[in-house]
Amino acid sequence: MFARSSVAVFLPQCGQVRNMATLKDITIRLKSIKNIQKITKSMKMVAAAKYARAEKSLKPARVYGTGALALYEKADIKAPEDKNKHLIIGVSSDRGLCGAIHSNVAKAMKSELSKLTGSGKEVMLVNVGDKLRGLLHRTHSKHFLINCKEVGRKPPTFTDASLIATELLNSGYEFDQGTIVYNRFRSVISYKTDEKPLFSMDTVANSENIGIYDDIDADVLRNYQEFALVNIIYYSLKESTTSEQSARMTAMDSASKNASEMIDKLTLTFNRTRQAVITKELIEIISGAAAL
Amino acid sequence: MFAARFALRRVLPAVRQARWYADPPATASQMSFTFASPTEVFFKDASVKQVDVPTLTGAFGILPSHVPTLQVLRPGVVTVFSEDGSSTKYFVSSGSVTVNADSSVQLLAEEAVTLDNLDLATAKANLEKAQADLGTVSDEAARAEVLISIEANEAIVKALE
Repeated sequence: MFARSSVAVFLPQCGQVRNMATLKDITIRLKSIKNIQKITKSMKMVAAAKYARAEKSLKPARVYGTGALALYEKADIKAPEDKNKHLIIGVSSDRGLCGAIHSNVAKAMKSELSKLTGSGKEVMLVNVGDKLRGLLHRTHSKHFLINCKEVGRKPPTFTDASLIATELLNSGYEFDQGTIVYNRFRSVISYKTDEKPLFSMDTVANSENIGIYDDIDADVLRNYQEFALVNIIYYSLKESTTSEQSARMTAMDSASKNASEMIDKLTLTFNRTRQAVITKELIEIISGAAAL
Repeated sequence: MFAARFALRRVLPAVRQARWYADPPATASQMSFTFASPTEVFFKDASVKQVDVPTLTGAFGILPSHVPTLQVLRPGVVTVFSEDGSSTKYFVSSGSVTVNADSSVQLLAEEAVTLDNLDLATAKANLEKAQADLGTVSDEAARAEVLISIEANEAIVKALE
């Protein structure tokens, strides 16, 4: 008895000693991992279907978006350096389990924001997607202008983009220059976090090349700018959703693969343990019989 | 002999500096036309002869080498005349048109359909309903919506007749 109690005291000092997992523990673990694998497999198929749909509607949206940005590129409109009020729009979604989609956008937004506040500019953020709000909430909540929820459940439409743009224009924040951060879709397995510039009406009106364009008055320019803003938001929403669905597909696929690897390993351990238990019982029976 | 050649070389650059008028722009004959709505692309960098657009300041036709301009569309019919002379009509609800210096035209419409997708009877019914609503609504935003509805329906009816 003394020997046993001294062993009980001795155990913590020599570090962890792992108990042999019982058959019951392994069975429970195996069942739960099999369930998880089923879930991730079905999530992958759902993401694949949504991705196919999103990619099909991305083709016209891309032509539309590049058409909307064409003026700013061809007229070579650049924002003057000394303007103070900036705006950063981050486009993402509400739902997780899609890899590094949200954190990439948040990282780009954070670095842009610190660069701008470092040079003394005033910056406000627009978060399209609840995940971005959660990621930036701790450190940059005083820069939040607008937060958008219920993004990502259904495919984005032009109406959604116009709602966001209306909120932005009604918020009263007269920004001089802006950036929109989104994930540009490259292929099924790759996307890239990209930034596109947004210009205010004054920047466009005072740009040097705008004189080439004939017969423009302030009203027409304002309508044109507002429409262009909606177009850019729509384009980035479409690209973002396609990237997100493809990333979710990849993430769920690798999760299913990891789960099946774990199942294989655990099944081997289970069989080994089962054989060990049977051998132990046999030995006990044999040695017990021998004792008789 | 060397002196002669030297003198000749001195003279020649002066001759080369004769002036002439600037060349006409190289892209005079081609218009790169892109016409799209958020859900559908009708023309992408296509080469067409002429495009008629209805804008807030009036309808005008765009040919290659049109002076660069930015315009906002009003509800109406866009007619595209292609290179072989045939024309197609589309009804647009609103949008913007950009003509750039290099003769590229971007026509972005919020909603655009071909005329055979529109029904004259429904348009007339909607127009009458909107005109009736005009008398009853008093709120600014609702009044603006009714006016827009009237304008759009009138344009549809005019296009189909």
